[in-house]
Amino acid sequence: MNDTLNLKPGQVKGDTGIWEMVIGLEIHAQISSKSKLFSGASASFGSDANSSVSLVDAAMPGMLPVINKFCVEQAVKTGLALNAQINNTSVFDRKNYFYADLPQGYQISQFTKPIVGEGEIVIDLDDGNQTTIGIERLHLEQDAGKSLHDQHPTKSFIDLNRTGVALMEIVSKPDIRSPQEAGAYVKKIRSILRYIGACDGNMEEGSLRADCNVSVRKQGDAFGTRCEIKNLNSIRFIIQAIQSEAERQVDIIEAGGKIKQETRLFDTSTGETRSMRSKEDAHDYRYFPDPDLLPLEFSDSWVKEIKGTLPELPDTLKKRLVNDYGITDYDASILVEEKDFVDFYLEAANGVDGKLTANWMITELFGALKKENIMFLNSPVTPQKLGELIALISKGVISGKIAKDVFSDMMVTKKSPSEIVKEKGLEQVSDDKAIMKLIDKVISENQDKVKDYLGGKDKLLGFFVGQVMKLSQGKANPGLVNKLLKESLK
Amino acid sequence: MSNIKSIVDIPTVNKIARLARLQIPEKNKQNLTNDLNNILEFVAQLNEVDTSNVEPLASVTGHKLPLRNDEVTDGNIEQLVLKNAPESSSGFFVVPKVIE
Repeated sequence: MNDTLNLKPGQVKGDTGIWEMVIGLEIHAQISSKSKLFSGASASFGSDANSSVSLVDAAMPGMLPVINKFCVEQAVKTGLALNAQINNTSVFDRKNYFYADLPQGYQISQFTKPIVGEGEIVIDLDDGNQTTIGIERLHLEQDAGKSLHDQHPTKSFIDLNRTGVALMEIVSKPDIRSPQEAGAYVKKIRSILRYIGACDGNMEEGSLRADCNVSVRKQGDAFGTRCEIKNLNSIRFIIQAIQSEAERQVDIIEAGGKIKQETRLFDTSTGETRSMRSKEDAHDYRYFPDPDLLPLEFSDSWVKEIKGTLPELPDTLKKRLVNDYGITDYDASILVEEKDFVDFYLEAANGVDGKLTANWMITELFGALKKENIMFLNSPVTPQKLGELIALISKGVISGKIAKDVFSDMMVTKKSPSEIVKEKGLEQVSDDKAIMKLIDKVISENQDKVKDYLGGKDKLLGFFVGQVMKLSQGKANPGLVNKLLKESLK
Repeated sequence: MSNIKSIVDIPTVNKIARLARLQIPEKNKQNLTNDLNNILEFVAQLNEVDTSNVEPLASVTGHKLPLRNDEVTDGNIEQLVLKNAPESSSGFFVVPKVIE
């Protein structure tokens, strides 16, 4: 048990010692285009079955694919954001296989000449460390249709709306060494994709999904045989699936068995992986260049133009938040995780205390939204109003404690903090005379305690401060109360 | 190069047929094997040319791939799309159950 507790993430303890995981990820990201990769049918979700299908998507004879410029642009943009090689010439290939939701009988993909080559990204780990993960390639390809298997006992229902929607497949190098790193990698890719607007990153809706290649080895050994776990659509499942798959492989190898290279599925109910494809020729895709499509070529100047549209990315933004706004590394990494967070923050913190704004946003705002189950984008408290509240605190108009009440009010009424403070008369009382009045009252009502205090029970000062604050309904300036009390009790 | 004839045998023909979902009558398999070997032998003449410094060619026209703008210009033709389907129901294609 102690041994298990001492294991680092990514290590599996077997009978023969400690094993190390080797993980590579293929992320499929749906490009946020209006129309499909090779046809003018809509790429949006949720329309009636087969209503977003053109004759190109349905693979009718004689139809020709024409590529979507926006999709090419997003692939280039993503490549640039991944610090990767952009290939000015790339080629589309046919990946041949039969399935009911693939009317062409092949998927148009890129095999030998992808649009984007090698790159790398830095990922942030939970312990605060960072590590670099290599990108092998990024290519453009078509999504397949959707099969419904639960509508009929002996039939499957096919909807081709998704057929031909543009995907980017982002392939990592086998540089990942633990399930946690895999999770952090997906988080980082998702964050970058959202920043640049290439993909909405919505894992529940399937706009972003990952295939995980997992093998195990003793440290320093050559790579073991890998298995591929298909189609994981949440970071939690990715972490669970990799862990359980690595443990399964260690058990097999230590029992004298061999790992069979295969495709596996993660069963979310059992938390284990199971074999998916039995046919040995399932991977015989017979790729060849698609004769319907010329090589994709573009100029350096177009790439440069696209580079000019790249927004500030999470890594540089994080540095800027720490350096210019004085917030902690940890807070900065929470804020840059989502572009919407950081946009909100920059607007709220404009002209006010950056550190205080970060605290309020992360603790109070995120907490309240989570409690009320409100989406961040629908926050009743706007950036300007949060900034205004911070200014009220910094200027001493209200105390931090009153500010929390004002904030709760803002969450419900959507009013501005100044309006609430004014309406309810919550301004902090910083007037000596008014506070002295309260102090006199407290002192006269608590003569016995005054005696004790003067007799040496210093701790009673807190009691008097509390009483005065209570009497002021929280509005007295606590610093001033403290100072005046000490003077009165000499 | 000279052994091209022996590349394709009947098991290979069986495999290609399975991958292409083609049913080949037993009596045609030997002929197909011969045909495929003849084709490969013909193409193998290219091996006589040194292509080590030649980029693989994906198109002979020299044209660039035309790009289209991202606009929805097609769709809402369910009836047309489903017209040739042997079976359909409430807008879906209906096929024999395909799940492992």
